[in-house]
Amino acid sequence: MASQFDVIILGGGPAGYVAAIRSAQLGMTTAVIERDKLGGVCVNIGCIPTKALLHSAYIAKLLREAKEFGVEAGSVKTDYGVAMQRSRRVSDQNSKGVEFLMKKNKVTVVKGSGVLQPGRKVKVGSDVYEAKKAVVIATGSRVKGLPQIGLEINKTTVISSDEALFLEKAPATLAIIGAGAVGMEFADIFSAFGTTVTLIEALPRILPLEDAEASDALAKSYKKRGIEVIAGAKVKKGTPAKDKVTLEVETNGASRKIEAAAVLMAAGRAVNVEDIGLAECGVQVTERGFIKVDPGLQTTAPGYYAIGDVAGPPMLAHKGMREGVTVTELIAGKKPHAIKYDNVPSVTYCHPEVASIGLTEDQCKERKLEYVAGRFPFTANGRARGTGETEGFVKILRDKKYGEILGAHIVGGHASEIIHELTVARENEYTVEEVELAIHAHPTMSEAVAQAALDSLGRVVDM
Amino acid sequence: MATKVFMEALSPTMEEGRLVKWHKREGDAVKTGETLAEVETDKAVMELVARADGVLRQVAVTEGQTVPVGNVVAVIAAPGESPDVPAATSPRPAPTPAVGSGERGAVLVAAAPRPTPTAPADATRVKASPLARRIAREAGVDLKLVTGSGPGGRVVRKDLERTAATGTSASPPSAAQRMEPLPAPRSPAAAPAVEGAPYQDVPLTQIRKTIAKRLATSLGPIPHFFLTTEVDMERAAEARDALNRQLGDRGKVSFNDVIVKATALALTKHRACNAWFQDDHIRYWTEVHIGVAVAVEDGLITPVIRNADLKPLLEIGREARELAEKARSRRLQPSEYTGATFSVSNLGMFEIDQFTAVINPPEAGIIAVGTITPKPVVWDGQVVARRRMRITMSCDHRVIDGATGAAFLKTLKEMLENPLAMLL
Repeated sequence: MASQFDVIILGGGPAGYVAAIRSAQLGMTTAVIERDKLGGVCVNIGCIPTKALLHSAYIAKLLREAKEFGVEAGSVKTDYGVAMQRSRRVSDQNSKGVEFLMKKNKVTVVKGSGVLQPGRKVKVGSDVYEAKKAVVIATGSRVKGLPQIGLEINKTTVISSDEALFLEKAPATLAIIGAGAVGMEFADIFSAFGTTVTLIEALPRILPLEDAEASDALAKSYKKRGIEVIAGAKVKKGTPAKDKVTLEVETNGASRKIEAAAVLMAAGRAVNVEDIGLAECGVQVTERGFIKVDPGLQTTAPGYYAIGDVAGPPMLAHKGMREGVTVTELIAGKKPHAIKYDNVPSVTYCHPEVASIGLTEDQCKERKLEYVAGRFPFTANGRARGTGETEGFVKILRDKKYGEILGAHIVGGHASEIIHELTVARENEYTVEEVELAIHAHPTMSEAVAQAALDSLGRVVDM
Repeated sequence: MATKVFMEALSPTMEEGRLVKWHKREGDAVKTGETLAEVETDKAVMELVARADGVLRQVAVTEGQTVPVGNVVAVIAAPGESPDVPAATSPRPAPTPAVGSGERGAVLVAAAPRPTPTAPADATRVKASPLARRIAREAGVDLKLVTGSGPGGRVVRKDLERTAATGTSASPPSAAQRMEPLPAPRSPAAAPAVEGAPYQDVPLTQIRKTIAKRLATSLGPIPHFFLTTEVDMERAAEARDALNRQLGDRGKVSFNDVIVKATALALTKHRACNAWFQDDHIRYWTEVHIGVAVAVEDGLITPVIRNADLKPLLEIGREARELAEKARSRRLQPSEYTGATFSVSNLGMFEIDQFTAVINPPEAGIIAVGTITPKPVVWDGQVVARRRMRITMSCDHRVIDGATGAAFLKTLKEMLENPLAMLL
């Protein structure tokens, strides 16, 4: 007889483990099947270790500027290997933390690769597990190379974030293909560790999904610190050699060659939908390869649900985590608050940080919305001046008539933390006026949010 | 532990209730399910029942007093317990009347059905997002009348969007319908200042308020048009006489029963007229439920004869009389006066020749029936006296076009003129 659980979750990444905990909280017997480490890409080779490395990069930057603040730090030496080791410890702690949470909540963890079978069953090796209520697919995504132009990931000269996170030494030169969050963050890290970085983006600007003003601010900041930024560039061909890669890049109709000791592929991710028995169970995928789900996160096969990266964009841990909570509440017969997919914050942890919520100004224009943009630069913010973090701004796009916050964009120190004021505001339909009316502590970076709200109302004070 | 007794939403459109009579007095022992008081809603006099066992305490509302739904009217305390629960207004989600809602499109709503519209929890305090408040202010919408779909029944933008944009009405008891601006509030200054003034100000009763609101939402925003035809009722009268002779003591078939039945049958042949206008879509009903307007003291109400197309005449007649009786004694349950797909209003007994009835939204049509009276008509080349009846159909042009309505009316006329056609 197969082992029975109420809910079986395939994949122990952020979506899967949160689903497991919520499922157990709701009194359902729960199993998580994970082939690697608990915590998935996020904890082990994604969000968490990169944040550790980015902080190392930030410290290097601070020390280089320390003299100006009256602190003599001598000559600053960096060692990527040491930073990497620290980041590994952070990841391991986090993964162990997830293991502990599974135990605490009495979630059964099955190690191995699960394959779905009809009848809400999952096979792991020769064992079969049966779900009485639901199977939740949370298999996530992985990095992908561009084999069609000669850039298959070879783990030495053509690498992905998976390898970059385990390098003992920063390469002398690095070309990064793709200037989304991953490309931007590694450019920041390696540049701080002494690597000469070339950042190549196919779309007309770096951070192509962010507001154009954010892209411009980051391009300017990166160029200033010596990172070469090439946007609107097509990599025609890559030729990996033993200890270098030559890229043929076309930009503005002109062709140029770029040589680097390594190429980091950061252009998109592929979802893990192969070899897990989807077709056999009648679980269909979309044209773009994601698992097709209905508004209740159920796949085309009744009793099979999908959450996280496999269930479609945005491919963000926090989106998957929320889906994990929602899906289990639905399975338990509850009526959860509907997920607002247009209110998922997007954050890039490079320096300065970039954080946003809602629509960009271009999207407001495309949708022919009547909007007013309010802006406030950190150069006019007392706290930012004090800490020397004057790069960046807060920009709020509000509806002209009702003051609804259509979108908000922050570039600057701690933007990842500041954005949530606006996320809460949008979730609860506060307008710019409520944001401004809330008293903001002085002096804080967050004051810039209130000032940007005021600016959108034509009443900015501090500028 | 003390349990608060709230003014409950005893009908889908009820916003406040008048406490007619307390059945229990302060200090009386009460059991769950026992009647505490009679409450006059906008539709009927209903019973307010106890939701807990204990002793009735702190009766805060006197007989004759009107309070908003959601307000505390008393407290049920455990025997010996001295409740220090202030019997003040304190909101609580109103019970949800089960009303079919086929909400479409919204994320997760499929799995987690949107709460059906309910009366506001507490008419004195509105839960609404700041954005919803601004939109409502701009659109002149009374938020008290909007049902919120946000957390804890909070009114959010989505709840206002459709109606604020169009200002038209949707389904009962939909938000849209109840979102129409309220009639101007009665100002105390309007009461006669001088004794013996040649008029008398009578406060609106609950039912008059509802009638006023509902009918204003009908003729105003609904583009009505009217179709009139004269029906020869000679054969229907003969058939009815024959049936009644045969029935003897076993019952009686009225003209109205025949008209209701014929209307229902005609609707099965003209589904386009058996529909609700739903703001962004039209809901075509596959079942036929006929609302029959009944005059009651101080107003009117339309109880519903469900599946009238499938019921024998005798059954329709029996139901119609029962419902009318309940309506007059104000004992109709909400399920008995909601959900009609089409209505019939008959003023024949008042010797009205012809009139136009106001559509009962979201239904798309109503038939107004005049009196049956002998008239000289040309029949087979001869001028003869025949019993004739005028019927006028009011159509919501957003649903029913002229030819559509006319085709339906033609079928109805044919059925009444040749009652045997109803058997086809």
